[in-house]
Amino acid sequence: MTNSTRCAACKQLRRRCPSDCIFLPYFPPYNPQRFSYVHRIYGASNVGKMLQQVEEHERGNVADSLYYEAYCRIEDPIYGCVGIITVLHEEIYHLQYQLAKIQAQIDLLKAHPPLQGLEYSANLLADQNGVYASSPSSFGPSIHCLY
Amino acid sequence: MSSSSSLSSNSPCAACKFLRRKCQPECVFAPYFPPDQPQKFANVHKVFGASNVTKLLNELQPHQREDAVNSLAYEADMRLRDPVYGCVGVISLLQHQLRQLQMDLSCAKSELSKYQNLGGIASTATHGLLAAAAAAAATTAHHHQQFNFMTGGGGGGGGGGGRDHHHHLYHHHQFFPRDQPQQQQHQHMIRAFEGHGSNNFDASGLLIGQLSQFQAAGADGRRTPVDPS
Repeated sequence: MTNSTRCAACKQLRRRCPSDCIFLPYFPPYNPQRFSYVHRIYGASNVGKMLQQVEEHERGNVADSLYYEAYCRIEDPIYGCVGIITVLHEEIYHLQYQLAKIQAQIDLLKAHPPLQGLEYSANLLADQNGVYASSPSSFGPSIHCLY
Repeated sequence: MSSSSSLSSNSPCAACKFLRRKCQPECVFAPYFPPDQPQKFANVHKVFGASNVTKLLNELQPHQREDAVNSLAYEADMRLRDPVYGCVGVISLLQHQLRQLQMDLSCAKSELSKYQNLGGIASTATHGLLAAAAAAAATTAHHHQQFNFMTGGGGGGGGGGGRDHHHHLYHHHQFFPRDQPQQQQHQHMIRAFEGHGSNNFDASGLLIGQLSQFQAAGADGRRTPVDPS
């Protein structure tokens, strides 16, 4: 028994579309690009194998992710979706860097909250190298060296 | 020296070994699938197939092929580890991490401004101290964050021909809710992709933000809702 309307896969492969066609639920005839892309990158038999090796309720996700990756690869033949992963890592690194900077500033301000008085500023200015003087201070524990 | 030796002066590349054929001097695979890395070709062959890889490589300039092979090998490896989501699973997890970091950064900035406002404008020296502490902390963070998944010489910094347009992807993007189970996150990401359907879709838009629906064949009722538990 065949389908009156072939799925996109069987149309492109120019064959009959059986009622139990593995591609049918995931490559509908109204979206030919979907199968065309995965076919171009993976090949029909590889796609069929990848669908068959998972449980039925997961096959939609397989088809979707294969299409996504195929699309990325066609758009960027050198890196495909791996290019996106690289950019994501760079963005994450950038944000972690920003976060570390701000956290360090917060930690410093927590340890030595800025005061309005001139005495505190004088203490900070005492050592041009940014190292607190070891002389007694009434403003809390001294930090002898920041580095 | 015997001239009747049938041994090749070069051992066949991993691809030709796998395919059980003679490795010609002009073999397209040889530079990228050395014989000491048999698994690399085995994975790529399993997911993409040798002829598809050949077609892909033939469409590229020679200097682009190494990065292409390494990225294909990575994708194949991810697909074999996760037959359902492959690299898409990695992408959705990274997106989640990125979103989390954005929220953390936003909270940290707000906390910093509270401290700064409490003390009024700090002195020049305090500014210097804050900058120094920030730089020291950031340097430490940098050392922990070196990332290079592209082993085999391709390098994360190699090539770059197709990557530049990705660099402004994430500035204003919506993310899926972080408390969704992982599977839903992956599906959300995929669903967000496909509805573009348009031929003008470019890879930079594949990331969150501009994605619409990726989900296919909704009309034929094949989709069953994923149990969030």
